Amino acid sequence: MSHLIEVNNVTHRYDHHKVLEDVSFTITEGDFVGLVGPNGSGKTTIIKLMLGLEKVQKGSITAFNKPIEKFHNKGHISFVSQKANSFSRDFPATAKEVVSMGLTTKASVWRPTTKKYEYLIFEALDRVNMLKYANHNIGDLSGGQQQRIFIARAIVNNPKLLILDEPTVGVDTENVEQFYQLLSQLNRELGITLILVSHDIGTITTHVNDLLCLNKSVHYHGNPNDFENMTDEQRSIIYGHTMNTITHHH
Amino acid sequence: MLEALLNFEILRNTFYTGLIVGLLAPLLGTFIVVRRLSLISDGLSHVTLAGISFGLLMQKKYTLLMLTPFHTGIFFSVLGAIVIENLRHVYKSFQEIAIPITLSIGVGLSVVFIALADGINTDIYAYLFGSVAAVSRADLYVVLVTAVFVIIVITFLYKELFALSFDEEFATVSGIRAKIIHYLFIIMTALVIAASIRIVGVLLVSALMTLPVATAMRLAKSFKQTIIFSIIYGETSVIIGLITGYYFEIPPGGTIVIIAAILLALTLLIKKWYSAYIYRG
Repeated sequence: MSHLIEVNNVTHRYDHHKVLEDVSFTITEGDFVGLVGPNGSGKTTIIKLMLGLEKVQKGSITAFNKPIEKFHNKGHISFVSQKANSFSRDFPATAKEVVSMGLTTKASVWRPTTKKYEYLIFEALDRVNMLKYANHNIGDLSGGQQQRIFIARAIVNNPKLLILDEPTVGVDTENVEQFYQLLSQLNRELGITLILVSHDIGTITTHVNDLLCLNKSVHYHGNPNDFENMTDEQRSIIYGHTMNTITHHH
Repeated sequence: MLEALLNFEILRNTFYTGLIVGLLAPLLGTFIVVRRLSLISDGLSHVTLAGISFGLLMQKKYTLLMLTPFHTGIFFSVLGAIVIENLRHVYKSFQEIAIPITLSIGVGLSVVFIALADGINTDIYAYLFGSVAAVSRADLYVVLVTAVFVIIVITFLYKELFALSFDEEFATVSGIRAKIIHYLFIIMTALVIAASIRIVGVLLVSALMTLPVATAMRLAKSFKQTIIFSIIYGETSVIIGLITGYYFEIPPGGTIVIIAAILLALTLLIKKWYSAYIYRG
């Protein structure tokens, strides 16, 4: 299995405030990675660096064996942002139109709405079980349904790696479990490598097969089961003292 | 007006220009409204006024100059657009501050140029409120070129513009070159505003970009529908507004905007009644 992302000794500051310090890890093809850490631990920053939304200050990142600065994303990496939950509810767009945004870079210069693109859009909607909502206004859907539409938008272009930043914010607790099942399906059936960012370690460890704990620097990277089997004390040490408050639910 | 349209070229030019801006203003307006940048057209129209006043001043002082106030208006508008876009990058967390800055500079410059050109005259009045008899054939050609440019760009970049308006972060991650598209879009807006000013005037041009869109958004189910309905509302307002303006000798800016506002009010009312009817079953 090849490495899709390699992060090497990355340190990042905003003004004088250090948010990441000497962070290194690799993301292997086929993995379902849980990236956890408390608020302000640098999770969103490392995501932005991997997506090329921010410039690497110190250290290096390679994506698909290319330095991130030279990597031009043509659909290999896709993204579901935290902000997807806070878009304007009055935005006049149907679910189908929102999913079509995921095909923007694939479409050639001459791009009529060909049957092929329509088919891809419907296929993605079907994959997230939202086919019958294709013509509904995005603002009329529930938080969980909207998030499924954003997943459809993210996978319509057939990405190899999908990064999700706190995707369950705004999704009701009863739908969260279904949501994780959908992600596992994408990982197993479509072979999409997933990085799921969360501050809630409790639910995440049962679904992912690779756990990465970040709090400015990497505190743990490995099998989530090994992490679960540790005592609370051991976990606290690995985590850094700021994470003591997070308890494990089962 | 139909008879007059056939007989007077200048009225014909106005009417054609009206039809073109009735399409272009709501078309760009849809993207502007959903990006919550409605006030950008106000900022740009006041910068255009500065350009027009500069043109009037130049015409007065140097009569031989080939440039008309219309041309200098376009030039200032595009310049203002570039300034706004740059300011939006400088003040990332307070992007809307770019608009009052350019608006006030525009008004300030206008006051200075108008005073230097010895005060308000009928020309300025026509630029402020629009006129049914102000479009020369040369102006019409400039508007036509603008229309062709805008329609070609929107056709090619529709998906990019749509994606950027909805979710800039996702669009950027998917490889869309946000910066260059934003510049292109705001320059198109500047051109359309300069073109619309002959018909609706500086003070009311932003209404033609926002009122039809506000009306369409209450009815449309999709983004494409919003654009189509906006254009229908825009064209209806322009056509009825120009004809009534001509008959009652009122600057068409006023009549067009009043018609657009009536359409908005009617749509809101009818929608409310209809929803109440459905609700009652």
